[in-house]
Amino acid sequence: MTKIAIFDFGAGNLFSLKSALERNGAESVDIIYDLKELTKFDGLVLPGVGNFDPAIRSIESSASYLDKAIDNCMPLLGVCLGMEILFNKSEEGRLEGLKILDGEVVMLPKGKVKIPHMGWNNLQIKGESKLLKGVKDQSWVYFVHSYKTVPKDRKLVVATSDYGVSIPAMIERDNLIGVQFHPEKSGDVGALMIKNFIGLCKKEAK
Amino acid sequence: MTLAKRIIPCLDVDNGRVVKGVHFTEVKDAGDPVELGKKYREQGADELVFLDITASQQGRDTIASIVRKVAEVIDIPFTVGGGIKKLEDARDILLSGADKVSINTAAVKSPELISELMSIFGKQCIVVAIDAKRNYNVEKGNKTIFKDKDERKFWFEVRIYGGKEGTGLDAIKWAKEVEQRGAGEILLTSIDADGTENGYDIELTKSICKSVPVPVIASGGCGKALHMLDVFEKTDVDAALAASIFHYEKSTVDKVKKYLKRNGIKIRI
Repeated sequence: MTKIAIFDFGAGNLFSLKSALERNGAESVDIIYDLKELTKFDGLVLPGVGNFDPAIRSIESSASYLDKAIDNCMPLLGVCLGMEILFNKSEEGRLEGLKILDGEVVMLPKGKVKIPHMGWNNLQIKGESKLLKGVKDQSWVYFVHSYKTVPKDRKLVVATSDYGVSIPAMIERDNLIGVQFHPEKSGDVGALMIKNFIGLCKKEAK
Repeated sequence: MTLAKRIIPCLDVDNGRVVKGVHFTEVKDAGDPVELGKKYREQGADELVFLDITASQQGRDTIASIVRKVAEVIDIPFTVGGGIKKLEDARDILLSGADKVSINTAAVKSPELISELMSIFGKQCIVVAIDAKRNYNVEKGNKTIFKDKDERKFWFEVRIYGGKEGTGLDAIKWAKEVEQRGAGEILLTSIDADGTENGYDIELTKSICKSVPVPVIASGGCGKALHMLDVFEKTDVDAALAASIFHYEKSTVDKVKKYLKRNGIKIRI
């Protein structure tokens, strides 16, 4: 039985993400407010709604459990903001990030492109990825964000997207996966990625 | 720059049923919102907009349950608007699973609602809908003046309560203001064009797109795929919204998208 947790930053709609996980094969999906509970689950999703500082405030007290879970190879999917908080810092907030990934989060260039970057854009697949199994290069995925990540280690970027500026669309390090777009809103392509993620969780499930 | 132009079917919902009006009045029944939403998603819609036109408070509770049902089965983004008066209304809809809320009359009545919503949910969730109508009374100054094909001067006035009431606000200036207050997208409807099926108001759409740095959705007047091609070729608009051409099977989303792609528009297929 694949049990997946979604951490609630306290900032809005988790229902679409929960429904998407359930539709695509997760046997149970629970919303959690404290990462202490993580040991009961096979995978964690950090959702993509809210703002940087409030999200950090809601998660920092139990963040040590996240480090442990990652050390134990628990599959983690950070969506949009849920990926951004894994970095050192963000121009969206003043608080420090979780520093699980080295690098920072910067605003998209004002004046150069329309902000937010909202809509369907193509994925340029750059490297091997567990989440992208079966996903074709140039597939369309749905983005809605105003910031982008700048990882120190560029090799972690397994897919990019072109919005006048190059956007790291997907970051992967072992079972730690971050996506700037919203797989739960990306139609069939997104569904395939969610199935791949659930597959990873199943593999790691005790 | 490779963002696809979005094709957005719009579903006007009255007491839980989809309806289609002409010139903001005279409504006809067009089906079940969840079923129609699913159908459009299968046809390749890039996004959906549900506008609740229900007047009664009882009906207001219906929309939250429809939003939940839609969010359960639909894996593309959707916006819900209509009748959102206060922060709590918007919160209910977003927590029920909508990706964005669209506010219109409430934004005019209490513009601070835009920034309040933005600070809680982020600007990507906040769509401000602007219903604009040509006003040929140009005596009151401080308006962006246009000329029609007969050289008559007019300006675009923002109207509220489903187009029934004028506000004296200049649509171009209002668009700039709502963007500065935190709107992440503008849903622009031409009241003159709406229901006519004669094409989008190109002049209005072009002017608003030039004035704001956020995405704009063109709405009102679409009767065939050519009208979408026209608005994408002649303006910098990000998305085209339509209702009647999809509801009555005059065309389907996939046919329209194929046509646009054939004509050189960046489209997700």
